[in-house]
Amino acid sequence: MPTYVRTDKCDGCKGQDKTACMYICPHDLMRLDKDGSETGHAMKAYNQEPEQCWECYACVKICPQQAIECRHYADVVPLGAQVQPLRGTDSIMWTIRFRNGNMKRFTFPIRTTPEGSADPYGDKGEADRSQLANPASLFTDSMHSCDTSQFMAT
Amino acid sequence: MSDYSFSNPEIVEQECDILLIGGGMAACGAAFEIMKWAENTGLSIKLVDKAAMDRSGAVAQGLSAINTYMGENDPADYVRYVRGDLMGITREDLVYDVGRHVDDSVHNFEDWGLPIWKQKGDEGTKLRDGGKPVRSGRWQIMINGESYKWIVAEAAKKAIGIENIEEHVFIVRLFTDRNDPSRISGAAGFSVRESRIYIYRFKCCLLAAGGAVNVFRPRSVGEGMGRAWYPVWNAGSTYAMAAECGAEMTLMENRFVPARFKDGYGPVGAWFLLFKAKAMNAFGEDYQARNYEQLKDRGYDRYAIGHAMGTCLRNHLMMIEMKEGRGPIFMDTPTAMARLAENMTPMEIRHLEAEAWEDFLDMTIGQCGVWAGENIEPDKEMSELMPTEPYLLGSHAGCAGLWVSGPEDLPGTPDHYNWGYNRMTTVNGLFTAGDGVGASGHKFSSGSFTEGRIASKSMVKYCLDNRDIVPELPVSTEEIVEEIYRPVRTYLKHKDYTTAIDVNPHYITPKMLQSRLQKIMDEYVAGVATWYQTNQKMLELAERKLIMLKEDSLKMRAKDLHELLRAWENYHRIITAEAHMRHIKFRQETRYPGYYYRADFLDINDDEWKCFVNSRYDRETGQWDMKKVKWSPLIKVGENEPAGMSNMGPDL
Ligand SMILES: Cc1cc2nc3c(=O)[nH]c(=O)nc-3n(C[C@H](O)[C@H](O)[C@H](O)COP(=O)(O)OP(=O)(O)OC[C@H]3O[C@@H](n4cnc5c(N)ncnc54)[C@H](O)[C@@H]3O)c2cc1C
Ligand code: SF4
Ligand code: SF4
Repeated sequence: MPTYVRTDKCDGCKGQDKTACMYICPHDLMRLDKDGSETGHAMKAYNQEPEQCWECYACVKICPQQAIECRHYADVVPLGAQVQPLRGTDSIMWTIRFRNGNMKRFTFPIRTTPEGSADPYGDKGEADRSQLANPASLFTDSMHSCDTSQFMAT
Repeated sequence: MSDYSFSNPEIVEQECDILLIGGGMAACGAAFEIMKWAENTGLSIKLVDKAAMDRSGAVAQGLSAINTYMGENDPADYVRYVRGDLMGITREDLVYDVGRHVDDSVHNFEDWGLPIWKQKGDEGTKLRDGGKPVRSGRWQIMINGESYKWIVAEAAKKAIGIENIEEHVFIVRLFTDRNDPSRISGAAGFSVRESRIYIYRFKCCLLAAGGAVNVFRPRSVGEGMGRAWYPVWNAGSTYAMAAECGAEMTLMENRFVPARFKDGYGPVGAWFLLFKAKAMNAFGEDYQARNYEQLKDRGYDRYAIGHAMGTCLRNHLMMIEMKEGRGPIFMDTPTAMARLAENMTPMEIRHLEAEAWEDFLDMTIGQCGVWAGENIEPDKEMSELMPTEPYLLGSHAGCAGLWVSGPEDLPGTPDHYNWGYNRMTTVNGLFTAGDGVGASGHKFSSGSFTEGRIASKSMVKYCLDNRDIVPELPVSTEEIVEEIYRPVRTYLKHKDYTTAIDVNPHYITPKMLQSRLQKIMDEYVAGVATWYQTNQKMLELAERKLIMLKEDSLKMRAKDLHELLRAWENYHRIITAEAHMRHIKFRQETRYPGYYYRADFLDINDDEWKCFVNSRYDRETGQWDMKKVKWSPLIKVGENEPAGMSNMGPDL
């Protein structure tokens, strides 16, 4: 389901040099139409190659204006349904509207630590340089216990 | 403002000791591990990703399970599971190596903030403190994984330092060294944001740019063609760039054809494993039981015991059914849900329903779109299953990739498995991980991250052992610019020859290049059009057509930077496709029935073909050298392994 951008909501990320949706799309699909020459809507973003959209929702989740939504692939899916998230700092809320009007709503946790707080190393210690050539250890030195009698050569 | 323009890119030349190419699970693992080993060594390390690390690669949407976690299991049993699924032929040293280190990676994910489901009573206890995870299978654990990639990238970015990361730069090509062609010396690519070319020189690099998608014509060819099961943006860059600098590849004939919910390609793992749902044909029959005897016709049953069998054989049984007209295949989701709900309170039932939806919302949101659009609620109505178009990958349930040196300490490791640094390819200084490493599938997200860690540690050792290397590129800066920007210049030179910019005898658009590739692969190299069948003659025709397509790639056009990206992605797809075609042509048997069939050699032929097929490409001559390489098992055959596992293959 390719994404579309609502003209009433997109503010072009307030004219910053990087818009959030352009930044995040893993497939380089979102594009800001600076002067309106491409879409007729100046300073608004659009999906420049809808048939390459993976519907990964990265752009939908990140847009600060909630301006991006999805219209399910027209060659596959009947019209009228929508799947829309609202991603917060520790959870995500999904609203699913079926073609027949039925609705479902779910909220799931997304992380247990404050955003931006992931500390790669914490108190995990230092690499033991004498082990650099030893494939049985990584710097955290916590290899799984191994039953070596399972090897044919033992 | 600079003087640089679309036709005149700025050139940025950089030197470092180690370059990490890609920002996915494997590269994030490398970034995490490498900085610890590199401390106080003075080594300089950079990372380059074609997208933004927070959401790049296969985990962009998130995932609902971590598929590789040992816990109470022994890594030897993990090896048995992997070789069982991949029809016997795997590099057991590499698989074991991932198995023994993977849990530590998962513990780190949990420390960084990834919510991991725990069994009742263990909710507050971390895995590393003995908390018991909710398993959806022997090797799989359930997570709330919407932000999986975001969290892992957050840690990786902090580890390596933002100043050492270049995002939105697509790497086009790797170079061997001017003075020593057996060694890597650099890479070149371009920014997809500004007119700028990047040229890197380094002692070694990790090439971890994912698998290959959209090489084959997808089942949906309209607006839905982006709905591939694997990430549509991974274009085979890993395989193509390694091949072009002469690295040996292995098992490139392997592919993955997952059976998924039709059109949305939503995952089936949790439905089969966690919710215990059953699949049936149009008449409600168990087609696996019905077709089981047919496995014996071609010796396929030697890789099954009872109903336990490799994924490809399960596909095979499904395909018999569909080809004989007893489709569609349905997943009986309502019965499974009703059975689970039997002894549940209404509250628990609501929770169960949420879990079922989360499985899709976490990793294949589009499936929910298909259901919502078709008014299907899976607890009330069954859904169709369908085998997808083929994908090439080395980390999920497939094993295409590069031939690498393994760990040296595992008992019985033969010399041809270990000739250099762990995870180094046959090109000195060129390392890979994740989807890049061949013959060792089923690493998944956690194993790919772990393999990145393993590779990065040996890259540090490589650099310290080879301090005096001064990398020199074999070509001039002008030649690099000329090559990378050729599609731009071709466009600017010829665009006014015709009135409509897409139809021009002097160039081909990246989109049409891709369509042509997909048509060739679909129709001749066992795509969905022929129900995954091919033969010698079809492959010969494919070869001829692919060579002409490769010639025409010199006439790719790019009308903007976005199209330049597409042009080079599709070039990488062509090289990857050619490798796949040549490997299938060389292996005269049907090793993976249900993934593809050599209609002229339908048997599994262990006596001649239980071995690796390796290849090496020569970019200058266009020649491929193909050979058989001996398969050497390390782990004893277990009591519950199928008979085929004990056949040792040809004496090479
Ligand atoms: C639908 C789906 C379901 C899955 N389910 C599970 C699951 O349940 N559990 C599990 O554990 N795993 C699962 N996986 C598998 C897991 O995602 C992969 O195994 C893992 O991401 C592979 O890691 P990688 O680093 O090799 O590739 P990726 O993570 O895909 O990373 C590739 C990186 O390379 C970059 N790149 C590509 N080309 C270039 C280039 N030319 N120049 C620069 N950068 C480039 C990309 O932007 C990206 O950053 C699933 C994957 C998918 C798609
Ligand atoms: S992120 Fe949202 S507001 Fe910003 S440019 Fe994109 S669509 Fe517009
Ligand atoms: S849904 Fe994903 S692929 Fe589609 S435009 Fe948004 S970020 Fe890009």
